[in-house]
Amino acid sequence: MKDLFRGELIRFSLEEPEVRAQAEVRWQRDTEFNRLADSDPSQLTSEKKIKEWFEKQSETGPKADRYSFSVRTLKEDRYIGFLGLWVNLIHSEAWVGLGIGEREFWSKGYGSDMMRLCQQYVFAELGLQRLSLGLHEYNPRALRSYEKCGFHLEGRTRQDLMREGKRYDSLWMGILRDEWLQMQNGEHQ
Amino acid sequence: MKDIFTGKLVRLSAFDPEELSKALPRWYRNSEYFRLLDASARPMQSSKAASKWMEEEVGEMLLQSYYFSIRTLAEDKLIGELELDVVNWPGRDAFVGLGIGETDYWSKGYGTDVMNVLLVFAFTEINLRRVSLGVFEYNPRAIRSYEKAGFRHEGRLRCLLNREGRRWDNLFMGILREEWLALNPQ
Amino acid sequence: MFDIQTQLYEGQDIRFGPIDHEKDAEIEAKWTHDSDFMRMMDTAPARPMSAALIKKQYEKLEKQIEESKNLYHFTVRAKTDDRLMGTAAVQRIEWTNGNAFLRLGIGAAEDRGKGYGTQALQMLLRFAFAELNLFRVSAMVPEYNETAIALLKKFGFTQEVCRRKALERDGRRWDFYVFGLLKDEWQDRARA
Repeated sequence: MKDLFRGELIRFSLEEPEVRAQAEVRWQRDTEFNRLADSDPSQLTSEKKIKEWFEKQSETGPKADRYSFSVRTLKEDRYIGFLGLWVNLIHSEAWVGLGIGEREFWSKGYGSDMMRLCQQYVFAELGLQRLSLGLHEYNPRALRSYEKCGFHLEGRTRQDLMREGKRYDSLWMGILRDEWLQMQNGEHQ
Repeated sequence: MKDIFTGKLVRLSAFDPEELSKALPRWYRNSEYFRLLDASARPMQSSKAASKWMEEEVGEMLLQSYYFSIRTLAEDKLIGELELDVVNWPGRDAFVGLGIGETDYWSKGYGTDVMNVLLVFAFTEINLRRVSLGVFEYNPRAIRSYEKAGFRHEGRLRCLLNREGRRWDNLFMGILREEWLALNPQ
Repeated sequence: MFDIQTQLYEGQDIRFGPIDHEKDAEIEAKWTHDSDFMRMMDTAPARPMSAALIKKQYEKLEKQIEESKNLYHFTVRAKTDDRLMGTAAVQRIEWTNGNAFLRLGIGAAEDRGKGYGTQALQMLLRFAFAELNLFRVSAMVPEYNETAIALLKKFGFTQEVCRRKALERDGRRWDFYVFGLLKDEWQDRARA
């Protein structure tokens, strides 16, 4: 059987609450990172509070509709980011959100590798029918990356975000199970 | 629009802890009833204890468990309980457990009707691919009812139960979505 | 008269032990990062876990053991250095009916294929039948877990149930088996 948690450049893991908090408290200070990854306004939370929040997740334990991964590089074993899945069990589809907090790993294919590993997990382990994501119109790097991974641009909500005094569209993308399977077959030819 | 919760004799309705905390302890005083449903006797429960247990248990399980009351269409009478537990989401497989507590309604097609309604819910509303169940070898009435609903036999755990000084098997049955569709073209 | 000095928790190369809250969580957390192992052990989606999550699981497990009284959980440890190698359990015990489910897994890939699983199953069965006085034990296995199926058959388990297409992994559906072994069948093998 294939290794679900190992890609070409990165692997999935789950880091300890202290480790995650230490990294996130640093990453949150990079407002460019936050503006690319998130719609929520940038804010600064204490490491203590972040750690508590991760520890609370341990209390409830793993849930069937929520998957959290830490991302580490294979070569240097550096902890560079995260990937999360929100699953709608009834309709067999999921939303993915990801981020690379360590800037030096931007634009080097790490995001695409994370996304491909995520797609494999969603279709080969969770057995879902669809994977969706959203991104900002001012994030062309992500758009290109996701298109390469087989996501289709399905729509945009016009000017639903405001930053630096300007309004921006949000983009919505999705990939269907059959489309992903076809891509897999294509790769093996 | 179709009301998927309504069958020919019964309808599924909400699980009302207050109503069921009174009905369940009463049904479970009939040892024939609990011996058909449960592998071993639970301690007799007061309505108060049952109510508390229900609030705790039902509250916890919401992501993968569906609870219903069974009511007759004719008199709107509460006659039984129904539970569907998704045991594996990727496989989209759930176990169903049903019990008709009011014995006057046994052997009159009520159980089969409940199961038919439940399968519509399972396959067309929560999009399952499989419904499974366990049934004791000494419950031929239920086995026949499940066969009529389309469940197929999948084996038995030999001598699982020890009751009245002898051993009994636990049968497993299952129905796949494609099998159900063939029997019930949509 | 039985030999009271027989050690139920000691095998040839392995022994059964309790959970070591200090050391075990980190090791088990590592196993959860091995998707191959997790897919053999569990039907729920494989997912990496932190030691913090594992520790919480230990707490819930020990609470369950104490409250429900229908579960025995062992760690499988190397006899040489008490290193954690796996877990073994007798679970879902129904005392009035004398039956239970068995669960067993050797976590690290380098510890597999060395016969530790066989030793652990032997000890687990002796515990279930000769100490807990159970009448039968069951084990659930997915169709793709050929190693486990071979091990169960070696001990005389019969495949009793086939839950058709109950699982989905790698884009296809798999059957899910339930195997069973009766006390009489175990005793016959022990003597043979």
